[in-house]
Parts: sequence; C-alpha cells; structure tokens
Amino acid sequence: MSETTANVSKEEKKRINPQIESLKNVWRKLKTNYLAMAGGILIILFIITAIVGPWLTTLDPNMPNVQARLQGPSSEFWFGTDHHGRDIFTRIVHGMSITLYIGFFSVAIGMVLGVVLGIVAGYYGRRIDAVIMRIMDVLLAFPGILLALGIVAVLGGSINNVIIAISIFSIPVFARIVRGSTLSVRKLEYVDAVRALGASDFRIIFLHILPNILSPIIVQATLHIATAVLTATGLSFLGLGAQPPTPEWGAMLASGRNYMWDHPHIALFPGLAIVLVVLAFNLFGDGVRDTLDPKIKS
Amino acid sequence: MTTTTDTELLKVQNLKQYFPIKGGVFGRKVNDVKAVDDISFEVKAGETLSIVGESGCGKSTTGRAILRLDEPTAGQVEFGGKDLLALSKKEMRKMRKNLQIIFQDPYASINPRQTVRQILSEAMQIQDVLPKDKREERIKELMKTVGLGEHQIDRFPHEFSGGQRQRIGIARALSVDPQMIICDESVSALDVSIQAQVLNLLKKLQRELDLTYLFISHDLGVVRHISDRVLVMYLGKIVEIADKKSLFDNPKHPYTKTLLSAIPVPDPTVEKEQIILKGDVPSPIDPPTGCRFHTRCPFATDKCIQETPELRNNGDLMKDGHRAACHYIEEIESGEMQPNY
Repeated sequence: MSETTANVSKEEKKRINPQIESLKNVWRKLKTNYLAMAGGILIILFIITAIVGPWLTTLDPNMPNVQARLQGPSSEFWFGTDHHGRDIFTRIVHGMSITLYIGFFSVAIGMVLGVVLGIVAGYYGRRIDAVIMRIMDVLLAFPGILLALGIVAVLGGSINNVIIAISIFSIPVFARIVRGSTLSVRKLEYVDAVRALGASDFRIIFLHILPNILSPIIVQATLHIATAVLTATGLSFLGLGAQPPTPEWGAMLASGRNYMWDHPHIALFPGLAIVLVVLAFNLFGDGVRDTLDPKIKS
Repeated sequence: MTTTTDTELLKVQNLKQYFPIKGGVFGRKVNDVKAVDDISFEVKAGETLSIVGESGCGKSTTGRAILRLDEPTAGQVEFGGKDLLALSKKEMRKMRKNLQIIFQDPYASINPRQTVRQILSEAMQIQDVLPKDKREERIKELMKTVGLGEHQIDRFPHEFSGGQRQRIGIARALSVDPQMIICDESVSALDVSIQAQVLNLLKKLQRELDLTYLFISHDLGVVRHISDRVLVMYLGKIVEIADKKSLFDNPKHPYTKTLLSAIPVPDPTVEKEQIILKGDVPSPIDPPTGCRFHTRCPFATDKCIQETPELRNNGDLMKDGHRAACHYIEEIESGEMQPNY
C-alpha cells in the first residue's frame, strides 16, 4: 500500500481541476498564436461595435438624403454615401449586429441539432445511424449556398429565414464530426463501466460522452461562423435575405453593384466589412483548432 | 480459504456470441465471427472461477456477454435464478447492481473529467444504494477499503498512478454492493509488484464481502494465485474445466498441457518439456470442424476432424467436476497415443 501514501504532502499542495487546467493551457497556447489573437481581438471589436455602435452614430441608417447622393468618402461621410444619400459608415455599423446575429444564431441552432443527431447516430449505431447519416449525406450533397437558397426560396426572404436556412445546412457538418468522435469515445472502457453500473443512455450520452468530445465541436463552431456569415451575405446579395432598406452588408453590396464603375466605394466598404469579419473568424478558428486539436493541423 | 458453497450464483448455458461481418454492395451479412460458440458453465457463490486462454479465444467476450455489454446472440445467463438475457432494459439496469466489472486498462476505465468523489457518488446515485446523507460516509469507507486515502477523494484520475486508478475502479464496482464481480484482465496492465497488491486486495475483499469472482486472464501465474476453479478456452469453446489443483497438476486436454508447459519455472536445474504448437490460431470466422484444436493438436486423428468432442469426465482418471473436451483422454494418458510433432 506504500504507493497510496507516498507523495501525500507534495500532492496536497495543489488541487488540479483538468477542466480549468485545460482551459488555462488552451489560453496559454492561443496567446502565442499572433494571427489567432489578431482574429480574436477583431471579433471582440466587432461585438463591441455591434452593441454600442448604433448609439454612437448620429445619422439614421435608413433615412434617404437626396442632397447627399453618391458622395465619395469625406470627413462628413467617412465611407461616402449611397444612391439614396445614406451614410455608408452608419449603415455598416448598424449592419454589424445583423451579421453577427445571423452568424451566431444560425451556427448555434445548427450546432445543437447537429450534435444531438450525431451523438445519437454514433451512440446507437446500426439502423438509427444509417438513417440519420444518409439524411445528412443528402444535405451535404448540395452546395451550402444552393441548399440555403432553396430553403429561403421556399420560406421567403427575411433575416430569420436566412438563419433557419443556414442552420439546416450546418447540421450535417456538426453531425458528422460528432458522430465520429462519439464512435471513438463510446468504445472506451469508462463508458462501459457506467453502463455496467446501470446508467441510462441519457446519462451516458450527456454526462460521459459529450464532455469528452467538446474540442472538435468548439473548433467547428468557430470556423463555421465565417461560412455562415458568407452564406448569409450571399443570400442577401441575391435578394433572398434581408430586405431593403435593412442595412445588411450583402444587400448593400448588391445595390452598390449598379454604381460599381463610377462610385466603387458603395460596394467596396460593405465588401471589405464582410472580408474582415470572415477573416477574423477564420484566423481565430484556425488558432483554436491548432491548440485544441493539434493532430488535425493541416 | 474462501467460503465456497455449492449454490450456483451464475449459470451460463449455451452462450453464443457471433459478431456479424457485413460486406458486399448492400451491406448484407456475409459471415460471423464466432467469438463465443456454445459454452456452458456455472459459478458457485463465493468462489473464484478463472477463464484463461490466449488472445481472441473469447474470454473477454464471455464476460461482456454475461453483463450484456454486448448483447449475446443466443443462450441463457442465469444469475441468482433469473435469466439476465430475458430482462427488459430497465430491469437489467436494476440488476446490474449485483453484477459489476473491473476492466483491464486503468487509464481508459475511468472518466478523466470526474473526481473520485463524483465517480463513486454517481455510481451510488445510479443504483440508489444509500440515502444521500450517508453516501459521503460510504465514499470515505470505500476509499479506505481499497487502500486509498480520504484526502484523495477530490482528485482527478490523472493525479493517480495506474495501480491507484485500478483501486478506484474497484471502489466503483464495490460502491453498489455487488454479489459478483467480473475481473476482465484486471491486473494485466499493471506491473508485477502492483499486480500482487491488487490481487491481494481482491482476495481480501472476497473474504470480507463474500464476493464471487469471474476472473478473466491470460496470465497463468495470476490465475494460479487467485482461482478456486479454472476454465480453459480455445477459439470460443471450453476445452477444459477443473478445480485449480487438478488443472495445474493433472491437465487432460492437449491444449491445456501446452498452455501449462509455457509457464516458466524459476529454477535453471529443472528441465521442462516445452510443447511448441505448430501454426497459428485458426480464424474464428471459419473455425475448424470437429475439435477446434485439431489443426494444431499433436494427437489429432480423423475422428477429431469430424466429431466435436463434448466436455466429459472419466472418473478413473479425473476428480469430480474435472471435465475436458477431448476424444482421447484415456489413450493419451495411458501412452497408447504418442504425439506426432
């Protein structure tokens, strides 16, 4: 029994919680990844802008101002004005919350549904697995934007329908990853051990499997926000998402297209905003992936 | 030493565990892996029955099938008079209180994200063994029983050594007051000195708590140390079953003899006849006809290829309860048949 009493005084000193400890480790590694940190800081700035921005801008994003039509960037209108004379800077700031709202919510909904379906498929296997995953395969067979387009076309164009559309095409992405991870964790002996104790499937799935497959889910969620934002603006650009005069970036881009040659700034700034948001989430997501899943580093 | 009574606690009858192999375009079943093929045995209350055999002979599968961790293909598993395989999922969950398992790999068998307290209290919560306010006391008691300190209750698995983790696994199994514990290679992953500690702990617990063990192992030294009776498996079949002394001193099946001849003797002056088998273990997908050992047996005849031998006892040569599945127990014993290497 000497092994049990050895090192008592030494071990007594610190209580290590692996959850907190691993979070600390992730943060420590992430800190040294400058690109990821840049992405992270940008994301924080975007969130702050989305929350406080609308109170700081003085102009109404939707109020036409005929006298100030199609002006280039100036000290009064930082990013210039569009064909209705609306300040593009104000509209981009107001559009920030819409973009983030769509990005976060569509990924959150898609993630929850995808995780549940994936974990159920992976845990129960056999026919349930086959049915769920074949449906996921069908969804995956469509290019994301095309599927979203179809869904929005059926439901009608609005921001909430865009969220529904993007959630649906996000489901298989999460379901696949979660199913794979579930398959490997479910075979571990500790899962058998709680099963042998008489634990219900619900307990096994949510208390023993889910906590141990969180990393790939978090990584996928972060990276997928970028895709969601791109798809959402894409849908609006095609006229299927947010309807005018909502200051949605994709819609702004679309209306700027008509003035592309003479007044490129109308399309340029919303385009740049989209690029920045997507870039920030991609950089941050890549960093998170490298720290949480060093094995899948590509 | 142990208080073996003659009442059967566990009775396994005609247990079969086939794992389907899917193939072809439509994923149809093309064949089965016959991991466990029609075995019957019983475990008496208070005894330790060991299952030995080489990798892939179906010994772990047998343990898992009894616990319904994998649903067996056919057969009956009676525990305390109740057929476990006939129970509904819900009834089985209740029944699991009486029948626990300790796994091989102490690193994989406990959830890395739970403290010892969480592991043990979850087990008690699942089976609702004690009123909530008494559980704390019980956890401390369990820690002491398995030789861990109270101060280690709030630690996570990664803070323990392999031997200590195995003790946590034992404490978890004990927390629900089982009658029987299946030890699936429970000491194989530990180094030898720790193995002895854990084995002695298991023996002590058996004495104190009247436990019955089904001990699955490939290590004959360990089996010799802990068992009352031993069951030898080869390719999903039982080849010999006997009390420990008979099996080690008077093995009757050629396979058992081979297995025993592989135990090293720690004395350089003793010359031992080592039986080396030819070939590999055949695939359990297409096991040999007749006696499954005939492809490697030095005594095999045409009869072995055609007829499957039953487990049998010859009263003149073997003690009561010693049974072997060989057509030629007598002939081999008398020297009438010579091995043909």
